[in-house]
Amino acid sequence: MGNRCAVIGVGQTRYQTRRRDVSLAGLVREAALRALEDAGLTFADIDAVVIGKAPDLFEGVMMPEAYLADALGAAGKPVMRVHTAGSVGGSTALVGASLVQGGVHGRVLVVAFEKQSESNATWALTTHLPFNASLVVGAGGYFAPHIREYMRRSGAPDHVGTLVAVKDRRNALKNPYAHLRIPGINREMVESTPMLWEPIRYLETCPSSDGACAIVLAAEDKVTGTPAWIHGTAMRSEPIMVAGRDVVSPRAGRDCAADVYRQAGVTDPRREIDVAEVYVPFSWYEPMWLENLGFAAEGEGWKLTEAGSTALDGDTPWNASGGVLSSNPIGASGLIRFAEAALQVRGMAGEHQVEGARLALGHAYGGGAQFFAMWIVGSSKP
Amino acid sequence: MSEDLVATHVLEFPGGYTRTTGPVIGRFLTELRDRRLVGVRTAGGRVLVPPLEYDPDTGEPVTEEYVEVGPAGTVQAWAWVGSPRPGHPLDRPFAWALIRLDGADTALVHALDAGSPKALRPGMRVRPCWRAATTGHITDIECFLPEVTSLVAPVRAEYRVTPGRALTRFLEGVRDGRFVGGRCAECAAVYVPYRESCPACGSVIEEEVEVADTGTVTTFAINNLPDPRAPEVPFVSAYVLLDGADTPMITLIGGVPAHEVRQGMRVRAVWVPPEERTLSMTNVKWFEPTGEPDADLDSTGGAR
Repeated sequence: MGNRCAVIGVGQTRYQTRRRDVSLAGLVREAALRALEDAGLTFADIDAVVIGKAPDLFEGVMMPEAYLADALGAAGKPVMRVHTAGSVGGSTALVGASLVQGGVHGRVLVVAFEKQSESNATWALTTHLPFNASLVVGAGGYFAPHIREYMRRSGAPDHVGTLVAVKDRRNALKNPYAHLRIPGINREMVESTPMLWEPIRYLETCPSSDGACAIVLAAEDKVTGTPAWIHGTAMRSEPIMVAGRDVVSPRAGRDCAADVYRQAGVTDPRREIDVAEVYVPFSWYEPMWLENLGFAAEGEGWKLTEAGSTALDGDTPWNASGGVLSSNPIGASGLIRFAEAALQVRGMAGEHQVEGARLALGHAYGGGAQFFAMWIVGSSKP
Repeated sequence: MSEDLVATHVLEFPGGYTRTTGPVIGRFLTELRDRRLVGVRTAGGRVLVPPLEYDPDTGEPVTEEYVEVGPAGTVQAWAWVGSPRPGHPLDRPFAWALIRLDGADTALVHALDAGSPKALRPGMRVRPCWRAATTGHITDIECFLPEVTSLVAPVRAEYRVTPGRALTRFLEGVRDGRFVGGRCAECAAVYVPYRESCPACGSVIEEEVEVADTGTVTTFAINNLPDPRAPEVPFVSAYVLLDGADTPMITLIGGVPAHEVRQGMRVRAVWVPPEERTLSMTNVKWFEPTGEPDADLDSTGGAR
């Protein structure tokens, strides 16, 4: 795993539908300055900057990292961009960590963002190529059949998706950065919203957000403030169309989890991981990932959700921050998971802090559930 | 009353009244003619814009100190004018807005050309739009305009796309009403559409195989979100595993109400008439039920 590396600063913008008051540069800088402030550092202390975001077609700015270098104090320093679709925020953290773990740099600033209000994600994800008959279904239309298949295989009752939608939005009410804040959110409210891509209801989907997240990573001898130590990092990918592919529980996700658990010495994730921030853009992905990540046996994930185990006061809290269901600046969403995991083990998660959290999982996935990025962070050194 | 007894009556002093400004208002209008905005300071230290000769709080004369303010300001409140009248400053819908210029303690009323009432917000930043010729009149400012906060950036990329050899083979088959796949010699898996390399093992795929135009719906979504580029809602997008293939195709299901589509349903391709076919997947109108008994999904490996 290389040299020890820790998260020593976290910065987030408030996530919202439209940030009219800042440019892309102003948006990323806001998160970066907050992360630096948290670490007690300035841009001068940073050796390299790693930027992540989802497809350039979302904002129509090609190679935004070149334009954003100034805003991130990166002049004269290495700056690079990562892109692995929706998992990019997680991959960006892992690329940043690898620069420290490999001994290349002492302190790395990692920033990820999206300003979804500048265009429309469904448009940007549906590029009609000639020769094909395109159905224009967007991300929800893509994932809805996989959710239906999960429901068939597991026999999960219909209301499980609703429970996740309510649970994550209740958690969001405790997170000052969360986008969706729905006071009094309950099952009836979710169930009264229309089916957009049956079996997915409107309130079972993530919002479109503007926002940025930043973290500062440091080598052991450069740690300032309160560190969250990295105990394991893993990335995996798989082809979108391959014979025998299990789209409900992709092999890349299972392999990625096995790898990160092995590095962190985790053998029973449900018991050993105190809190998990997992990429759940559609509510049913909580039970699906509970199984894919080994928190529950195949076909049993929904039972944990139904029993309240994944609630903030449950035995294995998932998405205490409100998760992707409550805030979704796509390119940043993975990094927010990783950053929230770090906040938890640093004891700095505020109202949504899981008491005594010592080990946390950050997870992101992207593309057609093809790209996975995970890390495990802890309050003590690995 | 007879209509003959209605008449228009106009009272208009020929040439307009002469209005003596006095020193305070005169200074304001003189500065305005020079495209500057000034306010006057009261004895209590407040800056009045537009200036008044006497402090409305105390009744005392204002000081002789003039303070340059603006030109930008902040909208405090407004009334939207949806149908402007002939005497109005703009001939299109606008807002009468209370605008507090930067450096002023009071707000002035002026026309705000904001396009739509939806664009208005308290705290909105605005700037004056000056007339080409100024005369020392409040209408030297034609109106206020919102500050520039966003711009439209048209981006267009145009490509020449060629399908490549493998997809061309597949499309030739589709033109002829056949689905052409490729069998990997290493994995034995059949890929549809035909492709020349195996995504599982990387082998070159050389064997072409024709698969049936019938298959099984492994899973599906009912799409209720309208999009101008998509079929009319509700439409069913489904994964169909063609008989003889090992990878499903995403396709439209038709000829059956959306809520009657089932996982395991047996379907067949509906082809457009041969004379309408091109080298495109649009040759397949959709898949519709065959009426056969449902397939056992677990024996086909589910939605794989």
